[in-house]
Amino acid sequence: MTLIAHPVRRSAGSRRPRGARRRGGGVPVALLLPALLGLAFLTLPLIGLLARTPWSTLPQRLAEPGVLAALRLSLLTATLATLLCLLLGVPLAWLLARVEFPGRRLVRALVTVPLVLPPVVGGVALLLVFGRRGLIGGWLDQTFGITLPFTTTGVVFAEAFVAMPFLVIAVEGALRGADRRYEEAAATLGAGRWTTFTHVTVPLVGPGLAAGAVLCWARALGEFGATITFAGNFPGRTQTMPLAVYLALETDVEAAIVLSLILLVVSVVILAGLRDRWISAP
Amino acid sequence: MTGHLLDARLTVERGGFRLDVPLRVAAGEVVALLGPNGAGKTTALRALAGLQPLTAGHITVAGSDQDRPDRRTFVPAEHRSVGVVFQDYLLFPHLNALDNVAFGPRRHGANRRTARRSAVDWLARVGLGEHARQRPGQLSGGQAQRVALARALAVRPAVLLLDEPLAALDARTRLDTRAELHRHLAAHPGATVLVTHDPLDALVLADRLVIVEEGRVVQEGDAATVTARPRTDYVARLVGLNLHRGRAENNHIRVADGLLLTVPERLDGDAFVAFRPSAVALHDDQPAGSPPNTWPATVAGVQRHGDNLRVQLDGPVRVAADVPPATAATLRLVPGQRVWAAVGVTETRAYPAG
Repeated sequence: MTLIAHPVRRSAGSRRPRGARRRGGGVPVALLLPALLGLAFLTLPLIGLLARTPWSTLPQRLAEPGVLAALRLSLLTATLATLLCLLLGVPLAWLLARVEFPGRRLVRALVTVPLVLPPVVGGVALLLVFGRRGLIGGWLDQTFGITLPFTTTGVVFAEAFVAMPFLVIAVEGALRGADRRYEEAAATLGAGRWTTFTHVTVPLVGPGLAAGAVLCWARALGEFGATITFAGNFPGRTQTMPLAVYLALETDVEAAIVLSLILLVVSVVILAGLRDRWISAP
Repeated sequence: MTGHLLDARLTVERGGFRLDVPLRVAAGEVVALLGPNGAGKTTALRALAGLQPLTAGHITVAGSDQDRPDRRTFVPAEHRSVGVVFQDYLLFPHLNALDNVAFGPRRHGANRRTARRSAVDWLARVGLGEHARQRPGQLSGGQAQRVALARALAVRPAVLLLDEPLAALDARTRLDTRAELHRHLAAHPGATVLVTHDPLDALVLADRLVIVEEGRVVQEGDAATVTARPRTDYVARLVGLNLHRGRAENNHIRVADGLLLTVPERLDGDAFVAFRPSAVALHDDQPAGSPPNTWPATVAGVQRHGDNLRVQLDGPVRVAADVPPATAATLRLVPGQRVWAAVGVTETRAYPAG
């Protein structure tokens, strides 16, 4: 065996120029072709959007009051939804990552349900709970006079419902990866659990937290199905950019293109800015 | 009261492992827990810090119970007066050196300014005043170790705990840091417990050694006693002595079948006999006049050991002998070679094993 293997390996080595295979010259076509197709598939629609943009009338269209209102509402609700997700999602992620309790796997599965649930179904479910005749909505309405469906708050709820799993999953992963001995070190220095959480744990998982918040915000910004089902489509109140785009598409394609372009630019600028600052940080 | 600042019996049972270590440390005293890996030293330290509850026994600091399972007393780590220097320091990576040191005083109720001033002071004391603004990632190993020490001392703990404080340093840094650490430990007014597997660290830094093997104390005493009178193979290896146990009768100790060693001390009953490897002489043939303490042996292995060669001998007893290279060459020492070993009577030291 060895007698044969040895000369074969030698001749193979001498025939092939050294290093040629390693430097990318040998990427298999079977991988390269679908990779390029995939890239084209992801970028062509964006290029199409740019190509069809009515650049000459862009300034007037941007100045239309409805556009700015929808943009402002989108940014506001996505940000509020992200804050809500941080407020509730980080403790939830901590619970899932740090506390052993029966049924933890089930809870973790439940948390991810909104990820796979069609958003429209999510909107219906929200209506059944927070609607005026819903499980909690009825009580909220009678006791406090609070109505959630078809309000801006409703938009925030719908977006948070759909976006929170992104945050929880990202933060839970970061918490699991964090070295718990730092928390022990904090305890020996006199830090109680809460102080340890705010002063040590949260900063340690900072990058994961930022990544989760950005994902969460991006998902909230693009939310459509749950929002239109639960909050409706009232300009200035619940009509966010995606809803405005969809509505405009039926009447005025160019308006839809302009709205889409704005949404695209806003998300890309914000995501790129955050990514450089936090996510890619070591 | 016992007169000891720290009075503990550390009993932790966990998955088949049992740690049972009585420990008393006076104020200003430095005690080293010395033992091989897996002996339970770190568990002992974690119990003292409040990171690992005892299953039995007690920890009492200045007369106040910190952990006593039979009375259901357990003071959590954050309420104990301890400072811990962890093995890999665990400096908070998101805080600079100053804020790392100020962390403890802040948690103990000092306001931001006071805490910072105290941190500046401590950093200056460990010689790192100029590195206050640096993050842990920008510090060298030796610097990080000193920041960790400053951070632990800044809360003015009654009990200072150090887990292998020098293990993560390279040999050169270690030498400097060891000397400096000694200075700081000597200045610490509280009790200090140091965990290490390095006998040199223990001998240099500690006033007293507690040697732990498999969760139990096998020997305890000051450096001189422990190095002169080892009581287990582990300790003997640490201090570089041959150690044998046998039955003593007057000046003789029977350490194995057919080997009776003559010692200067008069003893009766179970006894240890210890001698340095360099006290073992090797000969081609049985020395003339058959003097005491000679026996036939077989060379099992030869290694370099400083300027000499260390020869492992099999025979009635396993013994290490240090011989100069010239002797080794004359005797042509190779594994399997048969030789005669001899130890002078005055080179041995015997002491009771009871």
